Amino acid sequence: MKDTSTGGNAAFVEFEHVQKSYDGETLVVKDLNLSIAKGEFLTMLGPSGSGKTTCLMMLAGFETATHGEIKLDGRPINNIPPHKRGIGMVFQNYALFPHMTVAENLAFPLEVRNIGKSDREEKVKRALDMVQMGAFGGRRPAQLSGGQQQRIALARALVFEPELVLMDEPLGALDKQLREHMQFEITRLAHNLGITTVYVTHDQTEALTMSDNVAVFDDGRIQQLAPPDVLYEEPANSFVAQFIGENNTLLGTVKEIKGDVAVVQLDDGELIDCKPVNVSKPGERTRVSIRPERVEFNKARLQQGAHTLKAEVLEFIYMGDIFRTRLRVAGNEEFVVKTRNAPDQVRLQPGQEIEIGWLPQDCRALDA
Amino acid sequence: MSDTTQNGPMRAADGTPLKKSLARALRRQKLRALALIAPLLIFVLVTFIAPIADMLFRSVQNDIVADTLPRTVVALKDWDSTSGESPGEEVFSALAVDFQAAAEQKIHTKLGSRLNYENPGISSLFRKTGRGAEDIGDAFMDQFVDANAAWKDSETWAGLMGSDEWLAEQAEWVAAKAEGVKEPKFRLRDGIADALPRTSSTYATFARDTQSGTKSLVKTKPWPVFFVALAQDLATASPEVIASVSGDGAALLQEAAATAAGFEPFDYKAAFTDIDKGWDNVGNWITVQSYSARYTPGYFLNAVDLEKSPDGIQARPEQQQIYIKLFVRTMWMSMLITGCCLLLGYPVAWILANLRASTANVLMILVLLPFWTSLLVRTSAWKVLLQQQGVINDILVWLGLVDDGNRLVMINNQFGTIVAMTHILLPFMILPLYSVMKTVPPAYLRAAKSLGATPWTAFWRVYFPQSVPGIGAGSILCFILAIGYYITPELVGGTQGVFISNRIAFHISSSLNWGLAAALGTILLGAVLLLYYVYDKIVGIDNVKLG
Ligand SMILES: Nc1ncnc2c1ncn2[C@@H]1O[C@H](COP(=O)(O)OP(=O)(O)O)[C@@H](O)[C@H]1O
Ligand SMILES: [Mg+2]
Repeated sequence: MKDTSTGGNAAFVEFEHVQKSYDGETLVVKDLNLSIAKGEFLTMLGPSGSGKTTCLMMLAGFETATHGEIKLDGRPINNIPPHKRGIGMVFQNYALFPHMTVAENLAFPLEVRNIGKSDREEKVKRALDMVQMGAFGGRRPAQLSGGQQQRIALARALVFEPELVLMDEPLGALDKQLREHMQFEITRLAHNLGITTVYVTHDQTEALTMSDNVAVFDDGRIQQLAPPDVLYEEPANSFVAQFIGENNTLLGTVKEIKGDVAVVQLDDGELIDCKPVNVSKPGERTRVSIRPERVEFNKARLQQGAHTLKAEVLEFIYMGDIFRTRLRVAGNEEFVVKTRNAPDQVRLQPGQEIEIGWLPQDCRALDA
Repeated sequence: MSDTTQNGPMRAADGTPLKKSLARALRRQKLRALALIAPLLIFVLVTFIAPIADMLFRSVQNDIVADTLPRTVVALKDWDSTSGESPGEEVFSALAVDFQAAAEQKIHTKLGSRLNYENPGISSLFRKTGRGAEDIGDAFMDQFVDANAAWKDSETWAGLMGSDEWLAEQAEWVAAKAEGVKEPKFRLRDGIADALPRTSSTYATFARDTQSGTKSLVKTKPWPVFFVALAQDLATASPEVIASVSGDGAALLQEAAATAAGFEPFDYKAAFTDIDKGWDNVGNWITVQSYSARYTPGYFLNAVDLEKSPDGIQARPEQQQIYIKLFVRTMWMSMLITGCCLLLGYPVAWILANLRASTANVLMILVLLPFWTSLLVRTSAWKVLLQQQGVINDILVWLGLVDDGNRLVMINNQFGTIVAMTHILLPFMILPLYSVMKTVPPAYLRAAKSLGATPWTAFWRVYFPQSVPGIGAGSILCFILAIGYYITPELVGGTQGVFISNRIAFHISSSLNWGLAAALGTILLGAVLLLYYVYDKIVGIDNVKLG
């Protein structure tokens, strides 16, 4: 991965207090502030209907912001029509022109820019080679498989060398294996060419593996904007914690906050130590979040002085590389523990009573 | 080939060649499918294919001359039309018998109307002759009857001409008086055809025609032409031959032979020219001879303003040339109407396809509204709008754009037809366009714009090519409907704005020249098929989508 710090670079794309409403009654995008550095790969991640496509369309110029300003390379672009913005775009269903061959599709953006024929052919060839589709120039889009169409769509968005490329769920229609392969190809290309990419997806794995930065959208707002590792390990609120990766939650009330330790009383009366994230004062309701792989039940491995809770094994699932054990903890029957399949690993039996524990910094007290 | 491996043809599990067992399996499927669509297929055959086949047939069929004047047609074969003289006695004697038979059945006027299409004026000749021809031979009849009153009786003739067995059967039939049983079929006496060739063949015709109805031979008055034929037969036959005739009438015949010896020879040609001079006219005979074949290209020639003449096929006189002009007009006006429909319909379809579903549905009802109104009402509405004292002229005059004295003529001409037809055919353009445009995702336009195309380039290079199948379907539909339309041109077209179909309708319902109507229809059908073929070659018929 590239350098993930965005602070130093001047912003290439900027959203300033952008709002969008389609019907004049509800805001689909509420006060969006976002800046993307040159060369950055930013992913907008969020459930369907959270306003990701709308943001992308405003950036591309197909929707106008109801309020606020969008800047590209320091210039406001609100009044520039889409065809003059010079932004490459990959659509969800590729939108390859069915009446043109692959080569004609790729030549189209060059033609409308009045680029000479020989230059054009050269660029088309280079773009096709770049996505390893050199032999397919004469085919029609309908004669290509989904993955091949995807590559062509990518090549077409890049062939006129835009500085910014937008992709709206470009891999949504592919099967898992192809998707993983294309994820890799897209990041490779984006970084090799040094282009700025805004990528939209609702698939969190995709977002985590591809991006420099991920903006998690919900309800028309960015819930957290952070690099993938930060996002996973330090979710800023319970929505992000739930949405990214698997997560165990326990409900409780804050008893006391001492520096970077919050004492939380779970609903069954048990007291545990947590890291306070967005709780501020005693008496607040809180949702305590622990990642399944950070839970330990092997006494020998538990850290000295770690707090332990009683748990009952409900289910043991063998998943090959890992074991997934479902427990009942403090009244929550969906509490999951993931353990690596190592030679010395214990396989728990349903009905077994065990003690579980974790490090206080892995246990985050979030909003309820 | 895919069905052969190195070890020969691929085989199914039971050892039959795979290709064969596949064909068998498919055949069963096909038969079942065929059985399912059989009722529809039969319906289509009966209601669609059969009328077209009938039309094609009628456009060349020409039985009427050979059926009405069978003897004349045969006799006329040897006549040389270039000789400059009307045919000889033989033809006229055949004509006399044919006319007698035709006048009896009153079909000579039909033949007259038929030939009138080819030779205007000939129908009056036939009508007039029909009245006169029944009297040909009256003078001879009177002389025979004066000599022996028995010649007046039909029984005398039947007894002379009919065979003995037939006479016996006939007598039985008369005695039985059975209801609904037809008179026994007439048979000629042995040897009579040799003895009295003209008389017997004329009588045979008489017998056939009479018996084809419900009349009895012994109750039907003899034709006067019998007596002419008899006189001629008696004049040429030797006494021995006449004596050889058997039966009850033998004695009478002997006696008649003596009577007839004193007769003047009969001149059929003079008799006919007395009735109407037209029979001496070579042109009339050429018409009869040209159209005596059972199949004729005449209707087709007529439909393209040509005619047969002794010097071969040639153009009709200037003032009779109307059909080519009408065909050309029908074609270009239909193309213009289709073009107008496309120009007006394309934006409408585009708006419909890009609006929200609820709004689009309301607008769609407006597009379909004309279908709920009678065609006549819609066309008449245009009369109200376009006529000289109509709404549009009134408004223009009121606005001062047009002088009251010089009101615009917008109806009963080509303009009226184009306006009204465009209005009526517009939905047929909009609907296929709409259904094709509906399937073009808006993402294509966005993609084109994101790639740097101006809105116009995006439309022209990306959207338009994808709507071509709809344009093709709509244009074919509109054009084919337009060239066959006739109500609207009839009502608002005046003389300058009518189509070939109005002529076809005229020939079917007014002039009753169905053969010409069929030929015109066939040419129209051929033109449509030709255009369809050209379209297929240029655009490709796969490129037509109705939805
Ligand atoms: N053209 C539109 N007209 C009206 N509402 C729209 C339109 N496009 C999207 N919306 C609404 O805006 C919200 C956000 O949509 P979208 O940006 O497509 O979400 P996402 O891409 O995150 O799934 C949704 O509730 C959707 O119904
Ligand atoms: Mg979306």
